[in-house]
Amino acid sequence: MDDGHATTLGAHGQGHAHAAHAHEIEIPYTVHPRPDTGVYNGKLGIWLFLASEVMLFGALFSTLVLLRTSASVWPHGWRILNVPLATLNTFVLIGSSVTVILAWAHLRLGNLKKAKLFLALTLLCGFGFMIIKTIEYMTKFSHHQYPSTNNFFATYFVLTGLHGLHVLGGMVVFAYLLLTANKWYAEKRDQFTNRVETTGLYWHFVDLVWIFLFPILYLL
Amino acid sequence: MPPQRQIRVGNQWMRARDARRALEEAIRAEEAERAEHGGGHKQSFLRQYVFSIDHKWIGIQYAVTSLLFLLLGFSMMLLMRYQLAWPGKAFPGFIAKFLGDANAPGGIMLPEFYNQLGAMHGTVMVFLAIVPLAVGAFGNYVVPLQVGAPDMAFPKLNMMSYWLYLPGGLLMLTSFLVPGGAPSSGWTSYPPLSVIAPHGQTIWIIGMIFLITSSLLGSINFIVTIFQLRAKGLTFMRLPFFVWAQLITSFLLLLAFPPLEAAAILQLMDRVAGTSFFMPSGLVVSGTPLQNAGGGNPLLWQHLFWFLAHPEVYVLILPGMGIISEVIANNTRKPLWGYRSLVGAGVFLGFMSFIVWAHHMFMTGMGTAISAFFQTTTMIISIPSVIILTALIISLWGGSIRFNVPMLFALAFLPMFGIGGLTGLPLGLAAADIHLHDTYYVIGHFHYVVAPGTIFAMFAGIYYWFPKATGRQMNEFWGKVHFWASLIFINGVFAPMFVQGLAGVSRRLYDGGAQYEHAKPIIHTNVFMSISAFLLLAAQVPFIVNFFYSIFKGKRVGHNVWDATTIDWAATSSPPLGHGNFEVLPVVYRGPYEYSVPGYTAADFLPQHVPDDGEPTVPVGGGMLPAHAVAQKEA
Amino acid sequence: MKEFLAQWMPPDYSAHGAELDTLSAYVHWLMLILFIGWGLLFVFMLLRFRASKHPKAVYHGTRSHASKWAEIAVFAIECVLLFGISIPAWSRWTSRPTEEAKVMEIRVVAEQFAWNIHYPGADGKFGRTDVNHVSSSNPLGIDPADPAAKDDVATLNQLHLVVNQPVVIRISSKDVIHSFFLPYMRVKQDATPGMEVPVHFTPVKTSGSETWEIACAQLCGLGHYRMKGQFHVHTAQDFAKWMTEQQPVVASISG
Ligand code: HEA
Ligand code: HEA
Ligand code: CUA
Ligand SMILES: [Cu+2]
Repeated sequence: MDDGHATTLGAHGQGHAHAAHAHEIEIPYTVHPRPDTGVYNGKLGIWLFLASEVMLFGALFSTLVLLRTSASVWPHGWRILNVPLATLNTFVLIGSSVTVILAWAHLRLGNLKKAKLFLALTLLCGFGFMIIKTIEYMTKFSHHQYPSTNNFFATYFVLTGLHGLHVLGGMVVFAYLLLTANKWYAEKRDQFTNRVETTGLYWHFVDLVWIFLFPILYLL
Repeated sequence: MPPQRQIRVGNQWMRARDARRALEEAIRAEEAERAEHGGGHKQSFLRQYVFSIDHKWIGIQYAVTSLLFLLLGFSMMLLMRYQLAWPGKAFPGFIAKFLGDANAPGGIMLPEFYNQLGAMHGTVMVFLAIVPLAVGAFGNYVVPLQVGAPDMAFPKLNMMSYWLYLPGGLLMLTSFLVPGGAPSSGWTSYPPLSVIAPHGQTIWIIGMIFLITSSLLGSINFIVTIFQLRAKGLTFMRLPFFVWAQLITSFLLLLAFPPLEAAAILQLMDRVAGTSFFMPSGLVVSGTPLQNAGGGNPLLWQHLFWFLAHPEVYVLILPGMGIISEVIANNTRKPLWGYRSLVGAGVFLGFMSFIVWAHHMFMTGMGTAISAFFQTTTMIISIPSVIILTALIISLWGGSIRFNVPMLFALAFLPMFGIGGLTGLPLGLAAADIHLHDTYYVIGHFHYVVAPGTIFAMFAGIYYWFPKATGRQMNEFWGKVHFWASLIFINGVFAPMFVQGLAGVSRRLYDGGAQYEHAKPIIHTNVFMSISAFLLLAAQVPFIVNFFYSIFKGKRVGHNVWDATTIDWAATSSPPLGHGNFEVLPVVYRGPYEYSVPGYTAADFLPQHVPDDGEPTVPVGGGMLPAHAVAQKEA
Repeated sequence: MKEFLAQWMPPDYSAHGAELDTLSAYVHWLMLILFIGWGLLFVFMLLRFRASKHPKAVYHGTRSHASKWAEIAVFAIECVLLFGISIPAWSRWTSRPTEEAKVMEIRVVAEQFAWNIHYPGADGKFGRTDVNHVSSSNPLGIDPADPAAKDDVATLNQLHLVVNQPVVIRISSKDVIHSFFLPYMRVKQDATPGMEVPVHFTPVKTSGSETWEIACAQLCGLGHYRMKGQFHVHTAQDFAKWMTEQQPVVASISG
């Protein structure tokens, strides 16, 4: 009821209209969760985004399945692809998933130094992954194996390539967070923590995609 | 017991005349006040009008852009309709010049060019005109106002959506300029045809990726806004149906577009990297074997495409249904009948729309089991639409119907969508679809839902919210001219399509079927249809003039012209751009359509944000009070 | 009642067509009734409840639930049409003809923008086909070495069938997707490269002097609108006569 009257008064005063506009408006629940939904805007946003990502990779995976089942001959991944390198990459990515959690945890604890350290480590892992991937690609090209060679390589390059782009995207964000960390931390600490958290969620997803890719492409 | 001819304003009674004067003063005062504050904030021109992050302005950007695309898509079709009515007849001089010898040597349209126009008409209409108008424009402008939010949840993301949409659209148009011209494989872009097509198709794919990204960002933004920024007291069951429609639409866009994005990437690879996702082995094109690895599957594309494109068609209609609901409730002056069943049906429709896609593929050689499944789901999905239509029609019962322009368009929507929807049924029964598939019957079916259906809903929405956006009302008389002319001619275009379709006239025919014996008896109707189409264009002139004239010179009106109950009408009209919508975020006390509430004498409508402390209070919000007084002149 | 749509549809000279047209007719009756029913109510309400005649709206509108029953009825009828006609009709449409003995088998291979018709000849066996044999004189790519190919007959845009003899046509394509459409036979089947889909039907009337055509129903490029073939239905004798006039492909294959 009270709010009701607050509204009444606020809006009644024709004279004071726009008084409130002097300062920029801010959007509710950007930082703290909304009681009835239990999440803050960014978090819901990232979950929705990931849902769409699931559909994207889901479509590509089903493509792979369909092409493979309908193909007369389909090579075994482990015959052609470099399993050791890929295994190494798997661990690199899993490691980075751990470091990003630690970064967020340390932010919560208010330890910016450590947080930045772990962000840096995550970024490093990203680099590591991309370098290894590049080596893998290069060797393939040197053996004249291209997407056009056959549908096995076509799906291999498309799936890993798209995944690589996602890794790259994550790295860009981490770099940005790292560079602006001090400023953000000083001014909008909670918001910064949230950003690390949401980016982390994205990073876990990218990791998860790889966990699917690895066996399906390399081991089967 | 109120004294005669007196109107209650706040807590004192005044004569209608004084009340009306009060209204004019209030508005004038506000004008002056706004003039001096100049919006009360310093924002660069770029920030305010180009890269604005204010949902209202972004909505307006979307509206104007998409309307222009709508006009463009229409113009393309008019070129085609000319060729269909008079195959091989040269275009009049200046048009012939404009088209150029590459497309129309000697003014006579080439088949290639006809196919390019066809594909682009479909693409432009669906992805660049209707969806951006229904979601980008109306969603952006109205949803935050109706949920009582200061803006969208992610204003910068909102701006990005628009600035991905516009370049994506323009990029697509540039395809007309590249060698080989625009995409010519239909809006469905079926491979292998689309893979062996000229460069235009590559541009189409890249353009699509822009548009897909744009609507993904948009849909996330809408869902978060509706979940997170709902005003205090605005529970889900108190949301205006328009907001529900936008919510469901956003989920469809969010989950249906990614598979198309995947498909687009694969087709891009097939075209530029020489892969064979959609290319089977042993293709021989014009006598020469293709040199690709093969092993691909053309049907894979169709599945991925229709997995998007069927939900997409409900994206085309749901926001329209939302608008219609608002307008009907407002102009029957009573609550919608069966609000809950509307919501339920809407949600159910959303779910079902993901499992009917293969009803577009019955003729691909589908076995009994699979076709039985998709026929069944298709019949099931027709029921929620029936429920929605029924609820909207029954809502008229017991109303006090005002026939203003928005209402006219809203009413026409019902039977028009009815025709379009009902003709979906024979298509949904595979056995009946054998004869009708890929004939003009299909064209007739979906144009009845999207043209006199969705487009009319859009018109209703434009006439309805125009005063909110500009503070002025569009001219009613010319609005009625626009309505009646459009209604007559649009039926003139599409009704004969069913007859042609039954006669077995295929779609996408450059000469409208003149080649075929079985089409001969019926294709004379092409002339009638085309002339109707040209008159339909003429019928839009009053609208276009009215639209731009009214922005500057239209009749000034209060903040709540239609005496509506939803809280978008609690904001001041043409709310100042660049910042919040409400002085104080409104609090909601009741459902969205409390019209003609028994025992409430002050007016025949009880806004959502009015506290009901026993006795009726004047609605509050951006200077709504005198407008309210006008609401019931001669009480 | 079944002939409801006949006036607008092309004549149907196939054994299975009647069933499909009946289904169409019933659905359209349902649609018509719904539309008129709702339409009348709609118009009535517009007149009855217009503001000038009905100034004060009734908050609750109607409390009647008649519409519920209408909706249930619609769904019920849809189910009857679906399970009663459409699905059975479809399974008959997609299964092979029962009287296998007298079935005639033909291949149709679509290409931009023509229909290649492949008859197995006397031995009833189709010669092997292969991309590498494709040439202007051998559009089907029939392998001349294959004994089964010896008596095969190939025509361009000329489909000849026998009245009252069930035929199975195996439909495929060399390049892009086409759609094999015989309006008078109520036959339509996409011709997709990489797939060979059989359709079967039985013509019940000879074409005589009339021109019957094969239409292409799927956009297949700039020539889509003119991709048509001739389609004749003969008596058994006439067909045999026509066959003897045809020389086997192998004879015409150059180099
Ligand atoms: C907004 C868009 C839209 C909507 C809402 C629909 C709705 C439906 N569509 Fe349609 N459809 C398209 C857009 C749409 N469609 C497009 C674009 C294509 C072609 C794509 C292409 O090939 O290019 C297509 C094609 C298409 C096909 C493929 C045809 C073919 O290619 O052979 C099929 C087949 O099942 C189908 C079925 C249906 C069904 C069962 C519905 C149902 O949801 C309809 C349910 C509605 C009703 C049953 C109406 C109920 C109303 C009343 C009962 C009251 C009457 C009212 C009064 C008189 C006041 N549609
Ligand atoms: C939402 C989708 C949509 C819409 C609205 C339309 C609208 C129209 N369509 Fe189209 N159409 C398609 C989607 C759409 N179409 C698709 C997907 C295809 C298949 C393509 C393919 O084969 O691949 C198709 C195909 C198609 C064909 C078949 C072509 C063929 O098969 O060869 C025809 C033929 O007549 C046609 C005609 C029309 C006409 C006359 C309109 C008219 O209703 C248009 C009327 C438009 C207006 C009344 C708006 C006027 C504009 C304004 C008022 C804006 C004013 C501007 C400002 C104020 C700034 N369309
Ligand atoms: Cu072949 Cu259309
Ligand atoms: Cu559909």
